[in-house]
Amino acid sequence: MIEDTEVDLVLNDLFELYGYDFTNYAKASLKRRISRLFILDKFPSFAEFRYRLKSDANYIKRVIEGLTVTVTEMYRDPQFYKALRTEVIPTLSAKPFIRIWHAGCSTGEEVFSMAILLKEAGLLHKSLLYATDLNPEVLEKARKGIFPLLQMKQYSENYIESGGKNDFSAYYTAQYGQAKFEELLAERMIFSTHNLVSDRSFNEFDLILCRNVLIYFDKYLQERVLNLFDESIGTLGYLALGSKETLNFSSIKPGYKQLNKEKIWRKIS
Amino acid sequence: MAENKLKNTCKAVVIGGSAGSIEVLLKLLPALSSPLSFAVIIVLHRKNSTDSSLVNLLALKTSLPIREVEDKDAAKPGAIYLAPADYHLLIEKEEVFALDDSEKINYSRPSLDVTFESAADVYGSSLVGILLSGANADGTAGLNAVKKNGGIIVAQKPETAQSSFMPQQAILNAPIDFIFDVDEIAVFVNSFNTKA
Repeated sequence: MIEDTEVDLVLNDLFELYGYDFTNYAKASLKRRISRLFILDKFPSFAEFRYRLKSDANYIKRVIEGLTVTVTEMYRDPQFYKALRTEVIPTLSAKPFIRIWHAGCSTGEEVFSMAILLKEAGLLHKSLLYATDLNPEVLEKARKGIFPLLQMKQYSENYIESGGKNDFSAYYTAQYGQAKFEELLAERMIFSTHNLVSDRSFNEFDLILCRNVLIYFDKYLQERVLNLFDESIGTLGYLALGSKETLNFSSIKPGYKQLNKEKIWRKIS
Repeated sequence: MAENKLKNTCKAVVIGGSAGSIEVLLKLLPALSSPLSFAVIIVLHRKNSTDSSLVNLLALKTSLPIREVEDKDAAKPGAIYLAPADYHLLIEKEEVFALDDSEKINYSRPSLDVTFESAADVYGSSLVGILLSGANADGTAGLNAVKKNGGIIVAQKPETAQSSFMPQQAILNAPIDFIFDVDEIAVFVNSFNTKA
């Protein structure tokens, strides 16, 4: 296991040399991931790990990949998507234009899930889905809309459980073990790097989804990011978080009303 | 010879288990004294679902406050905390819970190793780690970390476990302090309670 002081040294290096600021990430998870990288790449000592970090700009890609969690799936927590389908999307339908931000979108599975919901509601043509992540590698994957075919059985079950009525396989073409989602969905998506730690608000949205991203931040950074979201959500817009995340510790909470049991809040003032 | 006392006052008891552990908890929880002077943290391999039926089931068996953990909940003495399905459960130095949805470890999320290791880091010699029934080798590495940082480690007596593989692995591969059946585990945990 890496020591706490060593974690701080790595974080310092990443910031000073490469501009990646992980200093307000939740420490326990970050420490585990740095230790894991250190073991996986078989460094004989911490000093050598640090030397590689400082001297090899190419290795940084791997470090960023190793420190950020990119796990995601389509229609994760189907009940959450059911609530989007039945309680959120209908309230947006009268708008001339719908703007949605997926903050920390990773490889894009949630963005494609959302685009399918909007298409089924007949709203995709007037929607724009902004999908951002700090990691350019995952955005490259997300843009393609190609996911492993092996996952499709699970995703299809999730889709049905979320209230989907169509044949899920009609949304993709299977080829060489991959599922390529139809172009029509991707046409309404804009992918861009955005770092929640350091970048500012860039538009006003009707719905912001940021699920299982805040768990990796400490309370201070969570508060900063929630304020950034608050500035970026129009009145009566929505904020959706992961199933174990909450607004309870945040100063923005009084301006929001939670929908039933799901982690979706509506901005009321 | 095994130490039956921690160097410091017990601050947390982490209980990990897999197949066959729910039954153990249904017997163990009612036998815990109340109030408790430390936090009890339970991590079980469980079906990936967000419904809270397990915490409701366990709540029927104890008068202690029990809750399924949400991000940044404080780990307070006197309460029982259950790791949510589909997240690894870690503990920050400030004794606040942190969740992590990264890759499965030992085919499991939550992984027992992750929580034992994280708790060992935070609680050091104020920690008791207990491994129950299960059919997977998760937990052994974690108990080793608990021991290394000065904690006490306990395995359920394999003959009394519905699935003996998990405690058996720990007994073979970690310097287990005590091998107990369920009644003995209850007496042992209660012995650390300074509020009773």
